[in-house]
Amino acid sequence: MTDFWKRFARNRQAVLGLIILFLVIFVASIANIIYPEDPFLYSKFPLSAPGENGFLLGSDSIGRDVASGISHGAKTSLLIGLIATLAAVFIGVIFGAFAGYYGGFVDDILMRVTEVFQTIPSFVFAILLVAIMKPSIESVVIAITVVSWPAVARLVRGEFLGLKNREFVQACHTLGMGDLRIMLAEILPNCLSPIIVIGSLMVATAILIESGLAFLGLGDPNVMSWGFIISDGRSMLRVAWWICTFPGIAILITVLAINLVGEGLNDALNPRLRERN
Amino acid sequence: MTDNLLKIVNLDIALPDGSERELAVENLNIDLSPGETLCIVGESGSGKSLTARALMGLLPAPHVRVQQGSISFCGEDLTQASEPRMRQIRGSEISMIFQEPMTALNPVMTIGTQIDEVFRYHAEMSSKERRKRAIQLLEDVHLPDPKQIVAAYPHELSGGQRQRAMIAMALALEPKILIADEPTTALDVTTQAQILKLINEMQTMHKSGVLFITHDFGVVADIADRVAVMQYGRVVETGTVDKVLNAPEHPYTKALISSVPSLIPRASRPRSEEIVLSGQKIEKSFGGGKSLFGFGKPNRFVLAVKDVNLELRRGETLGVVGESGSGKSTLARCIIRLLDSNSGKIMLDGTDIGSLGRSDMRPFRAKIQMIFQDPFASLNPRIKVGQIISQGPIIQGEPKERAEARARELLEIVGLDERAFKRYPHEFSGGQRQRIGIARALALDPEILVADEPVSALDVSIQAQILKLLDEIREKMNLSMLFITHDLRVAAQVCDRLAVMRYGEIVETGATKDIFDSPKHSYTRDLLAAVPGQNWDRTTAV
Repeated sequence: MTDFWKRFARNRQAVLGLIILFLVIFVASIANIIYPEDPFLYSKFPLSAPGENGFLLGSDSIGRDVASGISHGAKTSLLIGLIATLAAVFIGVIFGAFAGYYGGFVDDILMRVTEVFQTIPSFVFAILLVAIMKPSIESVVIAITVVSWPAVARLVRGEFLGLKNREFVQACHTLGMGDLRIMLAEILPNCLSPIIVIGSLMVATAILIESGLAFLGLGDPNVMSWGFIISDGRSMLRVAWWICTFPGIAILITVLAINLVGEGLNDALNPRLRERN
Repeated sequence: MTDNLLKIVNLDIALPDGSERELAVENLNIDLSPGETLCIVGESGSGKSLTARALMGLLPAPHVRVQQGSISFCGEDLTQASEPRMRQIRGSEISMIFQEPMTALNPVMTIGTQIDEVFRYHAEMSSKERRKRAIQLLEDVHLPDPKQIVAAYPHELSGGQRQRAMIAMALALEPKILIADEPTTALDVTTQAQILKLINEMQTMHKSGVLFITHDFGVVADIADRVAVMQYGRVVETGTVDKVLNAPEHPYTKALISSVPSLIPRASRPRSEEIVLSGQKIEKSFGGGKSLFGFGKPNRFVLAVKDVNLELRRGETLGVVGESGSGKSTLARCIIRLLDSNSGKIMLDGTDIGSLGRSDMRPFRAKIQMIFQDPFASLNPRIKVGQIISQGPIIQGEPKERAEARARELLEIVGLDERAFKRYPHEFSGGQRQRIGIARALALDPEILVADEPVSALDVSIQAQILKLLDEIREKMNLSMLFITHDLRVAAQVCDRLAVMRYGEIVETGATKDIFDSPKHSYTRDLLAAVPGQNWDRTTAV
């Protein structure tokens, strides 16, 4: 474990990403303390510039505090990213594991199904799903999960294909071990590294999709999120730049931080690939 | 000026910080005369390949570099030579053949183009001349139909043919020195014999000095004029082939030579007549299937095992020998039910286990266990050694504590420390891992062990230890063993009876001694004739 951290810390950018990510998580977790009131609560001071009337990052067209919105929205974005990714990894691993392990007919069926999902551009597909299901936080999570699991399935299938013929797996067969146990206890631990890496990068993508959906007005109207603030302020961009800018920056640095961490994990978990630099 | 082609003086090659040892090669002194073959022998990690790379100026810089010493080639110090000068020398004056011809050749260029490149970089010739010369070279290395091979891609040739093409390329410009880094290790014995003969022939033709790197003493005996034995980066002994092989002085050389299995079969042991396992008309084919919707060509159909009958008696070791592609591993995997045979019977304890379903098979799993070839691939890197060994009995329904206690016992039996129990496989060397693999197979108290090339990935001294261990265990537990190998020396020392396989068929079976003394099938005779170092063996045995 200490070895792992040493390798991770060798990548300075990854450490920076991790620090930013912790900051974002910290801000999200203290949102209720620093801004105890509802972020949807409007005041008498619409369109205040940053610093005016006690608004750190200004207020929007009906006087809602942008800073409060960003702070509460951080929780939404991170949670959606995390839950959607976990769900996508879960489904992807099951599909990929069965397809790769059994091969042949099972593989053909599962992979053709996966391809159906991959043929539709993912963001358009997500819009379609949310539009059908009614915008709510659940439907957003479901939509993101549905568009992102095929990548995991493909990856896991490839890993399983490579590992299932290794001699240690054959040794398990000769011991009389069952298929499920071989898949879960023997093969899966050996492909955790790439799964962790792709998972971390998927969190970033999920946050982007969520913001995009909220921007188009397909977010949950009752839950504050970064995309929601941007979508609300976009018509006012020329008179009140701060409404769109600050949540935009929040999305940018969060996604960037997660990507850096993902890169760092990749380097630390697959040390041989590091040789290229 | 000396008449040495090559003189290496006090050469040190440094490894990067944090490596196992500071110097890969330490204080190396070697010389080579024209027309001479010098064999560098050593086990893995002895620094023999790095020496060859240093000669070519191909050390993986900047981590590994020449720290001091000189490599003088016809009076010129190669450690000081500039990169453009080294490029001139490489290929035209010193050239190299590698172990694996498939990776050393460019897969997307024809053989002709690749030979042509050598001429284009180093010689002034018209394209017509170059082509003529290329065909001539391929003819010299006895490739059939050189005109066709010039236009062929590497994958269209067999392993032996590829190695011949490599040799043709290496000799294209009549180099003064030919470096051969384990050139026959990846080849079958019959092909190996042909390639060794070819290298010898080429050497007499071109009068070049050959630096031959190998781990195989049989090959040394056949090809070397002089020998240098390396251990941990140092040359521990040099001398004429006769002196080093027959009257070694250094204890390491002695140990290495005594580890080489003799070709004289061991005395056969009294054996019981009880048959524990028998195979009747086993057949196995691969391919021939179609894709989901039936489009495209059906896959290539290969009959890997055809009509094989064999009997394994209690307490004996039956060797299955053959070259790569002979179907011996497939046969072993059918018998242990890793693969399903198409037809035939595999009788164990009066039951045909060949046709059992998975759950019906489970109780029989404990009776027949396998030892795998590659000690690095056969242990799950994410699971602790103790669990790897105790897993089998737990699956078969034994309580955890008992299985773990037994696993600790087994570690001791196979000669490992009990502390290994809580460690991961990557903390062990190849030989130790193979011991762990053996402990895993023994954990279920099997009656039969199927060993698939259990020592072919190991160095010769470790190989001797593992073979000894297997022998002891077989005696102690009265095991019957099916021993798959391509190495007739190993077979001679381990097996009571032999089955010789070719193209999926058993061509000859019999007691090991009978087969070695009077082989009946012509293929068996070819195989035995191709084993390197036979004459040496005969002389030492007397």
